Amino acid sequence: MPPPARDGIYLGIGVVLFAAIIGWQAAQIPVQATYAQVGPTDIPWIVAALLALLGGAIIAQSWLGYWTVAPSPGGMNVTALAWVGLGLFLNVVVISYLGFILASTALFVCIARAFESKRPLRDSAIGFSIAFLCYLGFDRVLGYRIGNGLIENLI
Amino acid sequence: METLRHLADGFAIALLPVSLMWSFIGVAVGTAVGVLPGVGPAMTIALLLPLTFQVDTTSAFMLFAGIYYGAMYGGSTTSILLNTPGETATIVTALEGNKMARDGRAGAALATAAIGSFVAGTIGTIGLTFLAVPVVGFALRFGPAEYFSLMVLAFVTVSSVLGASLLRGMTSLVIGVFFGLIGIDLQTGQPRFTFGLIELLDGVSVIVVAVGLFAVGQTFYFAAYEKQDQGPVIAVKDSIWMKASDWSRSWKPWLRGALIGFPIGAIPAGGAEIPTFLSYWIEKRLSKYPEEFGHGAIEGVAGPEAANNASTAGVLVPMLALGLPTSATAAIMLSAFQSYGINPGPTLFTQQPELVWGLIASLYIANVVLLVLNLPLVGLWVQILKIPRPILYGGILVFATIGTYGISQSVVDLVLLYAMGAMGFVMRRYDFPTAPVIIGMILGPLAEQEFRRAMTISQGDLMIFLEKPLSLTLLIVALLAVLAPAIWRLSVKYRVRSTPAPD
Repeated sequence: MPPPARDGIYLGIGVVLFAAIIGWQAAQIPVQATYAQVGPTDIPWIVAALLALLGGAIIAQSWLGYWTVAPSPGGMNVTALAWVGLGLFLNVVVISYLGFILASTALFVCIARAFESKRPLRDSAIGFSIAFLCYLGFDRVLGYRIGNGLIENLI
Repeated sequence: METLRHLADGFAIALLPVSLMWSFIGVAVGTAVGVLPGVGPAMTIALLLPLTFQVDTTSAFMLFAGIYYGAMYGGSTTSILLNTPGETATIVTALEGNKMARDGRAGAALATAAIGSFVAGTIGTIGLTFLAVPVVGFALRFGPAEYFSLMVLAFVTVSSVLGASLLRGMTSLVIGVFFGLIGIDLQTGQPRFTFGLIELLDGVSVIVVAVGLFAVGQTFYFAAYEKQDQGPVIAVKDSIWMKASDWSRSWKPWLRGALIGFPIGAIPAGGAEIPTFLSYWIEKRLSKYPEEFGHGAIEGVAGPEAANNASTAGVLVPMLALGLPTSATAAIMLSAFQSYGINPGPTLFTQQPELVWGLIASLYIANVVLLVLNLPLVGLWVQILKIPRPILYGGILVFATIGTYGISQSVVDLVLLYAMGAMGFVMRRYDFPTAPVIIGMILGPLAEQEFRRAMTISQGDLMIFLEKPLSLTLLIVALLAVLAPAIWRLSVKYRVRSTPAPD
């Protein structure tokens, strides 16, 4: 018997947990007595049950060693992932205060850094221009504004 | 005859200068984004969809048809010149096309792909024109039970065709159905799975999920695993005008590809993978130069490219006539229609024929525009391919932000987008297909609606799905589609066991 696949077991547990959350939330949906034969909770319950079943199957397959995963293509570059994560985080935090253009510039610089760019100043300039042109294009050509912000309010 | 009259009306609108302008913009932008390495057609369409939200319906269709075909063609350009297929359907193109390009025949490969796409796209669109009405006529007799069973069949084929295993495909699909359930239940007005957030009452936007899974997920994945550039972009040294021998070796594969691609696209079997591989296999068998396969045989580009484009048109048959999306791109398109208040399906043809035929006319036009625009602009596409990766992915994420935050200006959408990105990363790492998530998300709520209607009619008796002959047939086919691969694997295993091992 092939050895159990650890990744697969964790993944299966994740899927089962996801199913549990769906089931828990399905239980929160209030059901009114109506004449409909199928209420708003029936399909959610079926979805939760199916997903739990699928998660169980993934665990079983992994346990028996039938779960095959392509080997990781080289070591995972954690630093790069962290830069991507930081970029996304900054964007979410900053976008309501500073506006789309500056938030996007920060996002752009972080992503470029994740892909091993060593020139943050150049990247800032490019990111700013892209965001600025997009904002202007959407505003002038398509007629809608991508939110307000420090730079946006000057345009 | 009525078909042709409607189509003529559609052309009358689609040929207006302003419509043509939108078509050109759509094709140009669609190709430019589709060319970007690692960006497949579904991702291109999801990224560019926000462009269509502010223009009127007709212009949106023109823009849309252009983006659709442009995105398809852009992907094959990348496969030929860079050998990094954006998605599975173009893997086959890379097989021979990239070899041709290395031998200095990039121009011929691009030309046979472009002309083949045009020929097959046009044949496919003609097929769509004439097949749609009979399918609609048939579908008008469907009741909720038949519809539900048809959707069950689509669920099964989609999750078994796409991805490494049925288990993974099903898991993706069910997760997608869950995303589709979020929001207010249309029949009772109950909010479901909103976690107390007002932003979720309207449901989760398909664009957020698609862009998150495809674009953000891919950025995570490439940042984590692929360190270096993909290698050099091959220069186009030869002429894009094909030689006489290229023509004579291309035209039959184009036609065969179209004839394979369109019907397979039109049955609910999920996307362009099967027809492209099938076309490649057939061309290899029929070619007078089988020894060239694997070293740059032009038939191996011409056939699969044609099959790919014809199946793209084929997918639109169930999408428009039945409201049944069977590929990620079709699902995204369907949701775009819904945002205009247009619900594809048989009633659309009877109630708003001018819309449907306007769209179909736009498809014809976009195909011509594609041919006119793409080959002369090959130099520009090559430049786009050379964009360094830091800037490419930075730019993709800025566009992803526009597509979500730009439309709703809701930070909740942005957080959702990035959560989807994280999920896309895990799915990609462990070989879970992402397309079934999108399809499940659109198809799930529709299936629920039909299920509840059928149950209301039958007063809660599940037998309604088995008593109607058509519904029963569809369910049996679905069951076979689940069991057949498993039985086949078992029988292979049995045969392997019963014959002694060679060593």
